[in-house]
Amino acid sequence: MHQLIWLIPALPLAGFLLQVVAGRRLGDPGAGWIATGAIGASFAVVGATFIDMWSKDAEARTLHQTLFNWIPSGNFKVSIGFLADPLSITMALFVTGIGALIHLYSIGYMKGDEKFSKFFLYLNLFIFSMLMLVLGDNLLLTFLGWEGVGACSYFLISFWHTDPANASAGKKAFVTNRVGDWGFMVATFFTWTVVGSINYLDITGAAHGGAIGTGAATAIVVLFLVAATGKSAQLPLFVWLPDAMAGPTPVSALIHAATMVTSGVYLLVRLNPVLHLASPWAGTLIAWVGAITALVAATIAISQTDIKKVLAYSTVSQLGFLFLAVGTGNYIAAIFHMVTHAFFKALMFLGSGSVILGMAHEQDMRRFGNLRKYMPITAITFIVGWLSIAGVPPFSGFWSKDEILAGAFGKGGVSGYALWAIGLVTALMTAFYMSRQVFMTFFGEEKWRVPSTDDGQAGDHADAESHGEDAADEVAHDDSAHDHHGSHLTPEHTPRESPWTMTLPLVLLAGLATIGGVLNLPFAKATEFLGQWLEPVVGTHELGVDGPGLVVLAIIATLSGLVGIALAAVVYLRHQIDPERIELDVFAKGWYIDSSYAWFMGGPGRKFFDAVAWFDKTIIDGAVNGVASVVATTSGELRQAQTGRVRNYAIGIASGAVVVLAYVVVRMSS
Amino acid sequence: MGVQLLASESATTFSPLLWMILLPLIGAAVIASIPRSRSDSLRQIALTFSALSGAISVYMLTEFDAKDAGFQFVVNAEWIKSLGISWHLGVDGISLFLLVLTGILFPIAIVAITPDHDAKAYYSWLLVLMAGSMGVFVALDLVVFFLFFEIVLVPMYFLIGLWGHGDRIYAATKFFLYTMFGSALMLVGILATAFLHQRASGGALTFDLVQIAKDQSLSTGAGRWIFGTFALAFAVKVPLFPLHTWLPDAHTEAPTAGSVILAGVMLKLGTYGFIRFGLYLFPEAAHFFAPLLLTLGVIGIIYGAICATMQKDLKRLVAYSSVAHLGFIVLGIFSMTTQGIEGGVLQMVNHGITTPAMFLLVGMIYERRHTRSIAELSGLQKSAPIFAGVFMLVMLSSVGLPGLNGFPGEFLTLLGGFKGARWWSVVAATGVILSAVYLLWAYQRVFHGEPEGDNATMPDLKLNEGLSLLPLLVLIVVLGVYPKPMLDRIEPSVEALMEHIGAHSNADVRDVERPSEHDAEASGSHAEEGGR
Repeated sequence: MHQLIWLIPALPLAGFLLQVVAGRRLGDPGAGWIATGAIGASFAVVGATFIDMWSKDAEARTLHQTLFNWIPSGNFKVSIGFLADPLSITMALFVTGIGALIHLYSIGYMKGDEKFSKFFLYLNLFIFSMLMLVLGDNLLLTFLGWEGVGACSYFLISFWHTDPANASAGKKAFVTNRVGDWGFMVATFFTWTVVGSINYLDITGAAHGGAIGTGAATAIVVLFLVAATGKSAQLPLFVWLPDAMAGPTPVSALIHAATMVTSGVYLLVRLNPVLHLASPWAGTLIAWVGAITALVAATIAISQTDIKKVLAYSTVSQLGFLFLAVGTGNYIAAIFHMVTHAFFKALMFLGSGSVILGMAHEQDMRRFGNLRKYMPITAITFIVGWLSIAGVPPFSGFWSKDEILAGAFGKGGVSGYALWAIGLVTALMTAFYMSRQVFMTFFGEEKWRVPSTDDGQAGDHADAESHGEDAADEVAHDDSAHDHHGSHLTPEHTPRESPWTMTLPLVLLAGLATIGGVLNLPFAKATEFLGQWLEPVVGTHELGVDGPGLVVLAIIATLSGLVGIALAAVVYLRHQIDPERIELDVFAKGWYIDSSYAWFMGGPGRKFFDAVAWFDKTIIDGAVNGVASVVATTSGELRQAQTGRVRNYAIGIASGAVVVLAYVVVRMSS
Repeated sequence: MGVQLLASESATTFSPLLWMILLPLIGAAVIASIPRSRSDSLRQIALTFSALSGAISVYMLTEFDAKDAGFQFVVNAEWIKSLGISWHLGVDGISLFLLVLTGILFPIAIVAITPDHDAKAYYSWLLVLMAGSMGVFVALDLVVFFLFFEIVLVPMYFLIGLWGHGDRIYAATKFFLYTMFGSALMLVGILATAFLHQRASGGALTFDLVQIAKDQSLSTGAGRWIFGTFALAFAVKVPLFPLHTWLPDAHTEAPTAGSVILAGVMLKLGTYGFIRFGLYLFPEAAHFFAPLLLTLGVIGIIYGAICATMQKDLKRLVAYSSVAHLGFIVLGIFSMTTQGIEGGVLQMVNHGITTPAMFLLVGMIYERRHTRSIAELSGLQKSAPIFAGVFMLVMLSSVGLPGLNGFPGEFLTLLGGFKGARWWSVVAATGVILSAVYLLWAYQRVFHGEPEGDNATMPDLKLNEGLSLLPLLVLIVVLGVYPKPMLDRIEPSVEALMEHIGAHSNADVRDVERPSEHDAEASGSHAEEGGR
């Protein structure tokens, strides 16, 4: 089987190349079907590899295939090679599986778009890059995928590029990610100087052999954390992800929820043996970055009115949970929640896309309501996703989130308990803001029936606005924007359910979101399938809490989720509390983090850049021109010496020659 | 030596190096002698001679012995015997691909761009420039090198001054004087080298690079002073901060062909010179001055990128991006590690593919819109989607996206930098953020958004334009995916250079590496040493 691993990324690549050559001819929907087929076929190969591995002994589940030397230089060697082990195959399974569903969904969603085939071209390239990222057998190949998904994300966020806001969002995503990439590169250099190789098997081998010192391991981990905060949208680099919602909704589901943003977590889990060697504070740092991000993002999500923005901040928050898990050494829980999150968050993003299409491209939840009547499949599947993320048993999110919280609690100490408490509060808020979203969208009155009075807020710019503040500016150019995201919602509008290409993926994902928990049930060792499966890569992990303790923690977590739901019901269904008392302005403004960055870049940052450019023009180049003019003046004086008399010149030449000759003779004889 | 002798014998039958230089010169002479009435065939003639010369460079590539670290296809004929000057020419892994690059870029420049007036003089100068560029990369005699190094200034001066835009006379004069002053001291350095070598070795006067480098007979102090004279000339040429301001002017006002050659070939004369006449000729001095040059290189990366960000003219922006890119090459070279120098050589070639492609594209925009001002351009992706796609590919190559050709060299220079000059490399790596900033911002302003005014009707890429770009685009992808054949040929020469440096400077022995040391290095001895 291992000879066929290359096919997994090669099929999406082939799909991409086919679209480059013949995309326009394949057209709508041909190009979409071809692209979906390529990912489906890739999924089939991953599935076959998985079954093959499953049938083997645990220690024989590492397949390695090297295609060719990529960048050999001196004693630096790196090849195009693939490493299929339980971790990478798990990633590949949900990347291709969910990827195929989202491709299918996109055939319906993108129907009629003038750049239909271009969209699938990028989507195929993205899946290829993502598979290189997870299947690459060395850091540099992961980096290739890492940058590749970044580039695809850039293309797709700015897909409707005639709108300046989309273009800005794409650029912002790429540049912010590049800040993290600096960390990735330096960490790679560091790893190479310490280990002498950047191959994962060599690195883990060196780590297990104790060949990496504590200081070096800590530095490597912290640098990779910098990389991960960029790609996985954690503090302080999370600001690009909410803006990334400017892209078409399937992109948000695939790239900005299910797959790409989990890369940072994958990377840290992949390097877990190095993490073990690092100083304990490195792990604590990771956990706290995650916990604080989770909390901050959840508060912001409470005050968002754009249906996709809520999901975006929710994603940032859930990724924070994954970091919390990694930081507490709870890798299995991290991967577990990564997978279930991929199910339910992809589901909800696609559901929101279905709502957006059904509501004539409106994204403001304040103009929704009672949609369960018109879009039953979308509503029911979305509700499954909601219960899952809210942590209601037996839905998948309950099991995986609970395992993360229990792990933090089991870690103990002030830090462990504090992390648990933050996680619990965040879980409550998660249940609250998700319930708010569901109630505002699918329940209550049909609010779009009331003619909108405030165009600036209810409007077209929903996916483009940064935090509502600059809405007024952006309405102006939205008039000319691509019709794909300009809303034409009228009070007479009757929402319609989406076509089967869109609802089928919803139903399948809803199924997965419901039963996803069986991957790793905590009842007995034997039911912890994922834990056993990943053991060769991440080792065993004891939660530090057992039997009764676990049940108590689970009850507390469930209660917090239910409290969140109940609270939301009081506010948004029964209207007993004014929402404005909860939806604080500081939340809506995202704690002013993004706007501070924007202020800095536009203010002092811009001034500094201007100053450098001025310095270059005036001082550096000014000096050059100054010298030139001095020379011009002096030579004017010296021109007096040019008498035009040959005799004078001859004397000059002769005396010069004598001097040179004398010099040479003296030097030669000495 | 055996190879060298064999090569000299075969040189009597067919010497690729000589013909590579002679063919463009003959072409220039032919064009100059054609009466103006028959000017329609000038382009074909120029193309034929440049392509023949290019074909020889490619032929040489196929015949090149990848395992041989020394000079190949050597020509060694006496020229001025009394002064010990000879036509000593040869190619090794370091210069091989620069020659091929020169051989490819000139025909492309001739195909892609038609001069607006006086085609006769234009093509003549272009061919002289080609011969001179080829000459610099093969010269193994100090005087011959200096000759070619200076000769290329003349045709470039005229290309900018006669076929350029805007303030072309100012730019051409600045270019000429600046680089001329830079290299004036180098002549003194060359003479001093030869005389001091003669005195120390007691033999005949010689300007032979290989001989002088092998003997290493100059005193440490003299070596450092003389290195300084060479370094100044090369620093202007690279250009290194703060000697770079001639470049944006020259690039902006030069005709497209001039920019293509300037960025693709001429900037490499400086970095190539640093390797060949810095590291090789004065290893000890190069090691001594490395911290200074590393610092200037890294400043160039950051400073060039910041200046690029703030440019209002698309061509000036690309010019400043060259300052940043060349900074990486300098970092790699003066890290004095195998990876750094190999990466530097690789990056010289790849920058010579990407940036010319960028200049060609900017030239096409100028042809259509008669402006290079970023503010006057908008929304071109909508009116010219294929053009935008090609520009995007080239831009991502320049950003250093893995999988494209800009990456392997940049990565290796930083990797080697991290090994040999850790903190410089850590700072330099922030350049990857800045390159995304200035290029993506420029792309956004020019290509994204709604096209306004004449931008809405800008024609898309034409077939012949696409064809002239195609070789570069193919190389951008191929050399990103599979740079190994290049590295295989560069490596033996770089390893030999590293051994030479190790033997003749007090550089740490750890910088010299052989494959067998691999396991020893794995023990992690580098981790504790913070670079130089």
